[in-house]
Amino acid sequence: MQRKTFLRAMIASAALAAMPLATWAQDTIKIGEINHYKRLAAFAGPYKQGIELALEETNAAGGVLGKPLEFIFRDDQGEPGEAVKIAEELMTRDGAVMLTGTILSNVGLAISSFAGEKGYVYLASEPLADSLVWGAGNKYTFRLRSSTFMQAAMLAEAAAKTDAKRFATIAPNYAYGKDAVAAFKENLLKLKPDAEFVAEQWPALFKIDAGAEVQALERAKPDAIYNVTFGPDLAKFVRDGTDRGLFEGRDVYGLLSGEPEYLDPLGDEAPEGWTVTGFPWYDLSDGPAGEFVAAYQARYDDYPRLGSIVGYMTVQSIVAALEKAGSTETEAIREAFEGLQVASAMGGIEFRAIDNQSTMGAYVGTTALQDGKGVMINWEYKDGANYLPTDEEVLKLRPAE
Amino acid sequence: MSVVLETKGLTKAFGGLVAVDDVSFQLQKGELLALIGPNGAGKSTCFNMLMGQLPPTSGEVFLGGERINGLSPRQIWRRGVGRTFQITATYSSMTVIENVQMALLSHHGDVFKFLPFAHKLYREEAMALLDMVGMAEQADRHCAVLAYGDLKRMELSIALAHDPQLLLMDEPTAGMAPKERVALMELTARIVEDRGVSVLFTEHDMDVVFAHSHRIMVLNRGALIAEGDASEIRNSPLVQEVYLGGGTLFDAEEDAHA
Amino acid sequence: MEFFVAQLLTGLANASSLFLVACGLSLIFGVTRIVNFAHGSLYMLGAYIGYTLMQNLPGAVGFWGSILLAGIAVGIIGVLVEVLVLRPVYRAPELFQLVATFGVILVIQDLTLIIWGPEDLLGPRAPGLRGVYRIMGEPIPKYDIVLLVITPFIALALWYLITQTRVGVLVRAATQDREMVGALGVNQAVLFTGVFALGSALAGLGGALQLPKGGADLLMDFHILAPVFVVVVIGGMGSLPGAYLAAVIISVLNVFGVTYLPQSTLVLMFVVMVVVLMIRPYGLFGREEVAGEHGQVGEPELPIKPASNSVRMIVMAGLALLALLPVFGSSFAMVLTTDILIFCLFAASLHFLLGLGGLVSFGHAAYYGGGAYIAALLVTHANSPMEIAFLLAPLGAGLAALAIGWVCLRLTGVYFAMLTLAFAQLLWSLVFQWGSVTGGDDGLVNIWPSDWLNSTTAYFYFALLFSVGGILVLRHVAHSPFGYALRAARDSKRQAESTGINTQKVQLLAFGFAGFMGGLAGTLFVFSKGSVFPNELEIARSFDALIVVFLGGVKTLAGGVAGAAFFKGVEDLLTRFEYWRLVMGLLIIFVVIVAPQGIVGSIRKAAIRLNILKQGGQT
Repeated sequence: MQRKTFLRAMIASAALAAMPLATWAQDTIKIGEINHYKRLAAFAGPYKQGIELALEETNAAGGVLGKPLEFIFRDDQGEPGEAVKIAEELMTRDGAVMLTGTILSNVGLAISSFAGEKGYVYLASEPLADSLVWGAGNKYTFRLRSSTFMQAAMLAEAAAKTDAKRFATIAPNYAYGKDAVAAFKENLLKLKPDAEFVAEQWPALFKIDAGAEVQALERAKPDAIYNVTFGPDLAKFVRDGTDRGLFEGRDVYGLLSGEPEYLDPLGDEAPEGWTVTGFPWYDLSDGPAGEFVAAYQARYDDYPRLGSIVGYMTVQSIVAALEKAGSTETEAIREAFEGLQVASAMGGIEFRAIDNQSTMGAYVGTTALQDGKGVMINWEYKDGANYLPTDEEVLKLRPAE
Repeated sequence: MSVVLETKGLTKAFGGLVAVDDVSFQLQKGELLALIGPNGAGKSTCFNMLMGQLPPTSGEVFLGGERINGLSPRQIWRRGVGRTFQITATYSSMTVIENVQMALLSHHGDVFKFLPFAHKLYREEAMALLDMVGMAEQADRHCAVLAYGDLKRMELSIALAHDPQLLLMDEPTAGMAPKERVALMELTARIVEDRGVSVLFTEHDMDVVFAHSHRIMVLNRGALIAEGDASEIRNSPLVQEVYLGGGTLFDAEEDAHA
Repeated sequence: MEFFVAQLLTGLANASSLFLVACGLSLIFGVTRIVNFAHGSLYMLGAYIGYTLMQNLPGAVGFWGSILLAGIAVGIIGVLVEVLVLRPVYRAPELFQLVATFGVILVIQDLTLIIWGPEDLLGPRAPGLRGVYRIMGEPIPKYDIVLLVITPFIALALWYLITQTRVGVLVRAATQDREMVGALGVNQAVLFTGVFALGSALAGLGGALQLPKGGADLLMDFHILAPVFVVVVIGGMGSLPGAYLAAVIISVLNVFGVTYLPQSTLVLMFVVMVVVLMIRPYGLFGREEVAGEHGQVGEPELPIKPASNSVRMIVMAGLALLALLPVFGSSFAMVLTTDILIFCLFAASLHFLLGLGGLVSFGHAAYYGGGAYIAALLVTHANSPMEIAFLLAPLGAGLAALAIGWVCLRLTGVYFAMLTLAFAQLLWSLVFQWGSVTGGDDGLVNIWPSDWLNSTTAYFYFALLFSVGGILVLRHVAHSPFGYALRAARDSKRQAESTGINTQKVQLLAFGFAGFMGGLAGTLFVFSKGSVFPNELEIARSFDALIVVFLGGVKTLAGGVAGAAFFKGVEDLLTRFEYWRLVMGLLIIFVVIVAPQGIVGSIRKAAIRLNILKQGGQT
């Protein structure tokens, strides 16, 4: 009796899965997009809008290879295993020609491993993990966004220019946080060999005990603090740190802290004088970036976040690759991505043939308060190409192909 | 006659309270021995020590001449002691016969077998045991739907599954209707006779005790105060005082589980 | 010394919200015996509602009024939850309500997203309490001082309510003996609703009170859950002073942990919980649970019988059909079915423990993820071929289960469940933290099967063979003497022990066996996905299995498998929609209410009623 129910459920779901879904749209080129739309909606939403804006523009201009470009968006629920299943579905049932997306590094790594094994092209748009193109890299996986290492190197460069000797770090206790601290240390010590790391704090991700962390940092009496916390952790850290005077007279470097995604929720309590990587859209009026910001604001009646421009550039990169490939065959797309030059919203970038990492850069500047809101001032766009390890080192990091 | 069970100076103290005080007795083979006493006299504590559930503070228990105090309930069971509970303890998700089969599986050392179908093992043996207690027709019923008296009989057949030399019955008729009580004790007496098993039981129902036991021991405040056959106990002034003068009446006992 | 005092004060301030949420949970559990997993959601609602109120009510009065109103509002929501969701299922098997509260979590998550949007909200400051007081020279935020002063007063007020008022007497009586309250002529339904409202209000209050220290975000429901359960368990379920003491202990230890062992932030509280439960199995102030209270309330389970020939034929036909899937199904259909099969095996292994053994494990992911990780570690670090990894990983998971089971089986009921959860969490943190070996949360990648198995079709058959094989083995063992002994230990430990059955050993072996099967599922998983991440060891994974076992039907043999297949299939469909969690949550609540014996149990009951199935046996 019960076994029957089990089988029925099993067959029913199998039958449903076997049904073709999107047969009506045969004549488009489909890209499978997997992201964490639900639990990280604040990040995935603007990203998706960026993609849709670029898609509209592309298709209005005649599409790619004579066909409209279409994205199929799927939610990974933050589960790597789930994402792998969806990736399979997108490629084999929905007729996607390649995969892109993800914000969570672990999901990106799972899809990357899967793509490498099955021979699907995967453009990791947002995940930051260094290992994605290095330790766990494979020839089918490309990454758009400037990685943890690159952004940490930019901040290390800024930190090396000051007199600060005693550094303290605070980073969420997981791979991204650890990578970010390690990269900062590595780059800083290269530029400033006498720098000292006097405290390393590792709050659990999104469970920071801000008061205790601030006390512990204060106790180490550092000259400068390197912050990797973000989201609600950052809000609590900034609030407690400001109250307790932790930031007074100290240089603070904040990885990603200048991105509107993280800076805006802080409102008028946004920290002032931090050196951060971020996205100063409010100052962008010229060049491709300016055009993007204007188009985005016209289209959505909202301002772009960093995710928006990453989404936009994802489409730009895929379009460029497809055009260069002249085909939607996997191998052709993969070869097209190698060394691909893209005239993107952040200017010219290249997907390096050596490690499949794009040279997308980041904006580095100082935080300030304007009209009760945190902004970046004195910012500068840093080209990612200048913040990557030497080719020799990269080759050592990447597994042999 | 040989001695099946013997205690020497069995004592249990909970802190300052001495629940069982220097109890010594012998149980002969084939004997149906009743242990009675007012509430709180220490009957259950005494029982729990015999079954290994409680370690005695001092004193010793011998089963067929071997010391068994300090052994676990499981080990004591393995040495041929069966027991029934005051409140029935049965496997409510199983059929009647499976309840008995379970005890047989344990007896035959098959508990950790993964391959055979349990319900096929020792079915005939189990059926014979059920037949003995008059439960054969109900063998394949779900035991959760049985009447209380039937559960008690089933429990008795479980207790007899490993062909014990000694049966310990803690208030075997508690919670039963008077008619059923008599039937159950008659059944027990018959089994004692047929199988040569010895029984020690505690009981509140004096009719049951006087009608069926071969010998009666009276426990009061942890100590044995009298011992003898039915008429000796009935006529013992000490017992009368405990039961009649001490405030705990025979009748009151009756009310307790009416 | 100054620093020490400052840390102590920080810890005490942190204890505030934790205590409020935990004591609400503890009260609810004490009286209604409901393990309310939605408690974190109520806390989150308190924060969001408080935030909205503070935006609209000005000044200090508005601020404190908002906190109070948020508590009241969440209390009212609690009443709704209790009346609409929980009341219909009080008579259901024990812990079934837990599943209902899980449905509530999903519903509240999506409703919160719909109402308040996805962005994190920064909590407003308490008017007049910005900045710090200097205490022995150390800066302490003013709001922290306020918190640590008012919390003991709230605790005292609650203590007064519980110990000095008639309501409190009833609550305490109910905590000790539910039937007695009924005998005292008290309307139990009203009492339960009242307690649920109070507990919810405290959670809401906790959520609103922490606003000035943080804010409101969509992840806070799950994030508070683990610490709150740890506090409640350490304090002793149902004990208010216990909850306060435990909240203080955890918070203060955490502060010192942050300073002296900065990497300890993930594990500390679970280590504390394990240590406390080893020394005091029922928490600091908890009472021993009456045996059986948590296993088998409700209708007794029906006897089991091996499948009849006709059922076997149907199963064979179904399996044959599945085996033909590669012929008529797409590649994705195979991938999806592989996923479902693996999950079915995982659920079946938990069901073995839970259903047959009455052992409610909250940490079964330890063996599933454990198996997956052992396989992945062997492949990554020992270059082991898949075949060897496949052999060793389930064994390793089984051994881990034996070791963990050996410790956990000293406890019973909720404490047992929480200890299994603590160990799963310890394992998770080990994997998460030990990056050089396990890759931390970047996981282990490129774990693929050998070439002969590497096609989707080949692996599908492989997974089919081992999942169905594993499920059949589990089923067979249920019918074996060992399976019977396991049920005997569950039904009546007393009888089992006094008929020579070593129940401890039986249960321990069952734990190991279930761990082995869970590990097998995990191993199948890792080779089907090619990678493994700490997600597979998370609490959420344990609960996936727990939920489907309950929904499928604990007291039926096929419940675990049927529930897993049904819900994994439904999930695959639902996740394509935007607000799928809302739908999933409602579906879970619906199933809980209309099928309190689980899907299989309720179908069987209906079949018996309709005379399709004979009374008195289950296959």
